[in-house]
Amino acid sequence: MATVTSDNRGLRLWTRYAVLILVAVIFVFPLLFMVMSSFKPSTQLLLDSKSLRAFLPVGDLSLQNYTDAFIRAPIGVFVFNSVLVTGVTVVLCLFVCSLAAFAFVFIDWSGKAVIFSVLLATLIIPYETIFIPLLLMASQLPWIGADGFELGWLNTYRVQIVPFIADALSIFLFVQFFKDLPKELIEACRVEGASWWTIYRKVVMPLSGPVIATAAILKFLFMYNQFLWPLMVVQEESIRPVMVGLGYFTDQLNVPWGEVMAYLTIITVPVLAFYLALQRVFIASVASTGVK
Amino acid sequence: MATVRLRDVRKSYGSVEVIKGVDIDIEDGEFVVFVGPSGCGKSTLLRMIAGLEDISDGTLEIDGQVVNDLEPKQRGIAMVFQTYAIFPHMTVRENVAFGLTIAGASKEEKERKVAEAARVLQMEHLLDRRPSQLSGGQRQRVAIGRAIVRDPKVFLFDEPLSNLDAALRMNMRMEIGKLHQDLKASMIYVTHDQVEAMTLADKIVVLKGGKVMQVGTPMELYHNPANLFVAGFLGAPSMNFLQVDVKEAAGDRVVVGNGALDPLQISAEGSSFRAGDRAILGVRPQYLDPSEDAAGMLHGQVELTERLGSETVVDIGLRDGSSIIAAISEDRVLKAGSNIGLTFDATKAHLFPHEEIREEAH
Repeated sequence: MATVTSDNRGLRLWTRYAVLILVAVIFVFPLLFMVMSSFKPSTQLLLDSKSLRAFLPVGDLSLQNYTDAFIRAPIGVFVFNSVLVTGVTVVLCLFVCSLAAFAFVFIDWSGKAVIFSVLLATLIIPYETIFIPLLLMASQLPWIGADGFELGWLNTYRVQIVPFIADALSIFLFVQFFKDLPKELIEACRVEGASWWTIYRKVVMPLSGPVIATAAILKFLFMYNQFLWPLMVVQEESIRPVMVGLGYFTDQLNVPWGEVMAYLTIITVPVLAFYLALQRVFIASVASTGVK
Repeated sequence: MATVRLRDVRKSYGSVEVIKGVDIDIEDGEFVVFVGPSGCGKSTLLRMIAGLEDISDGTLEIDGQVVNDLEPKQRGIAMVFQTYAIFPHMTVRENVAFGLTIAGASKEEKERKVAEAARVLQMEHLLDRRPSQLSGGQRQRVAIGRAIVRDPKVFLFDEPLSNLDAALRMNMRMEIGKLHQDLKASMIYVTHDQVEAMTLADKIVVLKGGKVMQVGTPMELYHNPANLFVAGFLGAPSMNFLQVDVKEAAGDRVVVGNGALDPLQISAEGSSFRAGDRAILGVRPQYLDPSEDAAGMLHGQVELTERLGSETVVDIGLRDGSSIIAAISEDRVLKAGSNIGLTFDATKAHLFPHEEIREEAH
C-alpha cells in the first residue's frame, strides 16, 4: 500500500511539473525566439523559423543586428525617453492615486460613494475611444514655459505623462488594500494627534508595500507599452518613446527582422530590470490581493 | 487628570438611536467602568468621548470644557484599543514615542518619557523589538505605554484585555489597577466582563440598549441592584430569579411565596406591590444555605454538583419545576437526587416587579 501511495504522489508531482513546464515554455519560447533571432542574419532567421532551430543558438551568430539597429535608429534616445516618461508617470501615479484612495477610504465626505462609483465606471472606457478629443484638448492646452505663455502641449514630455497620472485601476487597487488595513491604526493616529498627512506618510504608506509594487508594475507595463498616444502627439524624434521607435524598422519594404529582434531585445531590458527589482513584493501581493 | 461630564448624550445612525440620553459624571482621578452586554452601546459611548464618533445630541465636557466639536487630538485623551493598534512597521520605542514625535517633542524628552513608561510597564528589554516579535500581553503593554507618555487628562480603554488568554488577562487586569493607583489619572474602561468591572472600578456604569441602567460603586451595585438586569449581570454565578406571588403587601413589607417557597416576609422599600401581583425574587447563589434535612424555606432536589475548587456549585430543581443554583463551600458534599431544603437571609434577597422580565426580553 505504501508503495502505491508513494507512486501516486510521484505521479502527481510529475504531472504537476509537466504542466508547469509546459506553461513556462509557452511563456518563455517567444522570448527565446526573440533573443536567439537577434543574433542571426535575417535570411537565416526566416529559414530557421520553420523548425526548432528558431529557438536554438545555431548557425551564423553575430552582434551585427545590434550594430545595424543602433545605426538605423537613435535607440538610446528612445529608451531614455520611455524610461523617463514611464518613471515619472509611475511615481506621480503612485502618489496621486494613493492620496485619492486615502481620501476615499479614511476620510468622511459627502458624495464619496457616488464619485467612487463614477470613477470605477470609467474603467470600462478604453483609452482609444477618448484619444481624439484628448488630442484636440492637448493641442489647445496652455502652458507657462521657459519662453513664457504658450498654447498647445503637442510634442512634449508632459503630454505623454499628465493624461496617465491618475487612473481608476490604480486608485481601485489602493482602495482595496487600504480597506483591509486595521481601522484602529488610523483611529489610534487620530487620537495621538496625527494629521491626515502624517497618517498617510508615516503609517498608511509604509504598510502598503505590496499594493505599491502591484500598482507600480501594472502602470510601468502600461506606460512602457504606449504606442498609439505618443504616435499621435509626438512628431519630434528627440522625445519619441521605444514603441513608436519600432516604426524605424517595420516601415520598410524589406523588414530587417534581425534588427527588429535586436531592438526588441534591447527595449525589453528595462522591463525585466524593473520587474526583477519588484518581483518578490509583486508575487506576495498577487497572492494576497488576488490581483493579476 | 480631569473630570468628564456627559449630559443627555445621544447618538443616532440615521433614524436608529443607539445611545439614548446618557448622563454620567466622572470625577478627577476616578476609574469608571462601562459594562454591559455586546451591543449595549458602551464602546460607542467611549468612542464618542474619544472623538472618533460624532455626538448627535447632548454635551460632553472634559475638564469643564465642552468638547463636542473638538478633534480627538484636542481633547487631551489617550486611548488603548482592543486590537492594540500598534504600528507593525515601527519598533516598540517608536510606537511608544509616536504621539510625542507628532507633537514635536525634543529627543531628550522622548527618551526620558519612553524610559519612564517602559519602567512602569516593565518592558525596558522590549524597546528595540518589532510588534511581530511580541506576545499579546506585551503588545498591550506597548499600547498602554503609548497612552502613558502623553500625560493625557483621561485614559480610555476599549476592552483592552479581551484578546488575551485567561491567565494573562488576570495579570494585566491587576497591572492596569496598579497603573491607576500610580498615575491617579481619570480612566474610563469599557468591558463586557463583569469581573473586570467589579475588580477595577471605583464606579461602574451598567449600560443596556444605549441607556444607563445603574451607576454606583461595585459593592452598591452588587448589594443593591436597581433592577433585574443589573442584578443578573453582576456577580458570578449570576443571581437566581424565582417567580413568586405576592400574598400580602403592607407598606414596605411584602409577603411572597410560590409552590417551592414557603411564605416569606421581605422588605421592598418604595415599591408598589399589591396582594395578588406576580413578582421576581432574586437571591445570590452564595446566600443560599442548603441542608439535607429538608428544613428551610425553599424545597427541591439536587440535580448536579460541580466542584470548582474554591467553591461548589449545586444545581437544584425546585418543587415548582424551576431550577436554581447554590454556591456552597468546597468541603460540603451534597448527593445528586437527595431532597434538600434551602434557607437564606431575607434581607439579602431582592424583589423586582414582574414586568421587568418583559423588559429584559427586549
